[in-house]
Amino acid sequence: MVTVSQTQPAPFRRDRSNGVLGGVCAGLAQRLRLDPLILRIGFVIAAGAGGTGVILYAVCWVLMPAAADGRAGRTLLARSIGRRESWMVASGLVLLMLALLLLLRALGLWVGDAVVWPLVLATGGGALIWRQSQGAAVVEPPPREAARPGAAATRPRRGLRVARPSPGIVALGAALVVGAALVFLWLNGALVPDRDVTLAVLVVVTALTLILAPWWLRLARGLTEERAERIRTQERAELAAHLHDSVLQTLALMQKRAADPREVAALARRQERELRTWLNAGSRRADDASLASALEAAVAEVEDAHGVPVELVAVGDRALDERVEALVAAAREAVLNAVKFAPGSAISVYAEVLGDRVEVFVRDRGPGFDVAAVPPDRRGLRESVLGRMERHGGRAAIHTRPGEGTEVELVLS
Amino acid sequence: MTALPRVVLVDDHGLFRAGVRAELDGLVDVVGDAGNVGDAIECIVATEPDVVLLDVQMPDGGGAEVIRAVAPRRPAVRFLALSVSDAPDDVISIIRAGARGYVTKTISGPELADAVRRVAGGDAVFSPRLAGFVLDAFAGGEGAAPAVADPELDQLTAREREVLRHIARGYLYKEIALRLGISAKTVEAHVSAVLRKLQLSNRHELSRWAVQRGWLE
Repeated sequence: MVTVSQTQPAPFRRDRSNGVLGGVCAGLAQRLRLDPLILRIGFVIAAGAGGTGVILYAVCWVLMPAAADGRAGRTLLARSIGRRESWMVASGLVLLMLALLLLLRALGLWVGDAVVWPLVLATGGGALIWRQSQGAAVVEPPPREAARPGAAATRPRRGLRVARPSPGIVALGAALVVGAALVFLWLNGALVPDRDVTLAVLVVVTALTLILAPWWLRLARGLTEERAERIRTQERAELAAHLHDSVLQTLALMQKRAADPREVAALARRQERELRTWLNAGSRRADDASLASALEAAVAEVEDAHGVPVELVAVGDRALDERVEALVAAAREAVLNAVKFAPGSAISVYAEVLGDRVEVFVRDRGPGFDVAAVPPDRRGLRESVLGRMERHGGRAAIHTRPGEGTEVELVLS
Repeated sequence: MTALPRVVLVDDHGLFRAGVRAELDGLVDVVGDAGNVGDAIECIVATEPDVVLLDVQMPDGGGAEVIRAVAPRRPAVRFLALSVSDAPDDVISIIRAGARGYVTKTISGPELADAVRRVAGGDAVFSPRLAGFVLDAFAGGEGAAPAVADPELDQLTAREREVLRHIARGYLYKEIALRLGISAKTVEAHVSAVLRKLQLSNRHELSRWAVQRGWLE
């Protein structure tokens, strides 16, 4: 498995993942393009000759730094110790089981010596199987190959190999469990054909559960992870779709209309509003039938139709009814009026709900006008704003003077 | 003020920094800029500007982090938040961290320069939207006022409320002064008082407001 970088001469580094002790021979062999076995034999012979090999090996171990990807790499020594962990856990559990049995016996809760061997065997076997299975489930992720493009192709996937369950150990564990079951049945005389079949079936089912449960668990866990991953992918796709439909579309339009700054500004403004609505969708209360949302919609409509920015500030909120709807319609008319008679000026709309009282102010910084001089046939303000408010039991006032902008005040109480 | 206010720009978008620099050219003295929290702290401590124009949303903690790191070392430096976000929690949190005002990035160059001058002079700068948020946050005090709260800090006076409503309606300070028959200095004093309340009031009212609106858990 000498796969690391064949093309460029690598510096002397210990190859921990292919080594036996410290990876010295594997590292040297890689650099010298030799079979590590030759070097190992050499070192062993040198070690026999007055211990030179041992000293040489130790010096090399100290002087040669480990290869950069030493995190995942483990020498044969380390790997076998790692495997031995399974054995240690298994024997520990066996001892615990024995202790428990002794305790039970001392307490007088004893069913008979016949259960000792089956229980001990089953514990050992079960522990081996579970240990292996758990090891595989928490397998360390493979080294981040994507993050280092150059190293990606030549890097063996060591992370997986280390923790993959060893079939031998698993088979041994299974054999132990099955053996325990057989011993149990035999001791109870159940293997004789005319004895109780239920006991045999029960014991077989128990043994199978013990052996297969870890895999079922892992399967279930894998499914949960997959589901989470699927949800993430879906969310990403949704986000991408939204950006395509809105932002990218608008950006394309803006590039086409680059010659018309007014339209570009209007497009940008519209997209901004849409994006904000979308971003706030999760947090804002999503009842469409409220004063604030109705005003927002009305303002948005005017902005879109005329390409004029309108700043809306709403304090408090209340449900829509006929009168509030009339108020919104009047406010919309007032904004339209401002767009018409105060071109290019900033327009702000302020709405405040104070208990039962609703106030809306529409303000522009246009030229203003003399109220007395407005001809009586001008329906805009008089009819759609003042008249509408009065019909619904509210009132409207217009504050303006030439040169000072205009403010329309709408009150519903 | 005779000299131009000295300003440091903090924003993680280089393009935006360049744009603001160009817009403010000749109106204020931009003495430095920074694109991340670490650089910003270093730059502000080194140059000691009058005003820092501060982006709210940046990696590594954002504008609030800059204020927290700089304020103890350079207490004379004032901060004006400048952000694309008009989400209430962003606005309120940067103000509570210590910013003297909040304006959105769509503001025009001369308006921004004016806001900088105000902040440099020690005043608070409230956009109509911020005024709206504050009114909303301090609304509903009647009847629901908690007994333990500090009434001084947790409620706005009628006058402060009136001033804020005019700001929300789009009036300038001097227009408000004219309409309410008070001096422009008094208007500014009211706004500064509101800012103080916003920063110091115990969290109860504000968090109740945020929860009600679904912005906090």
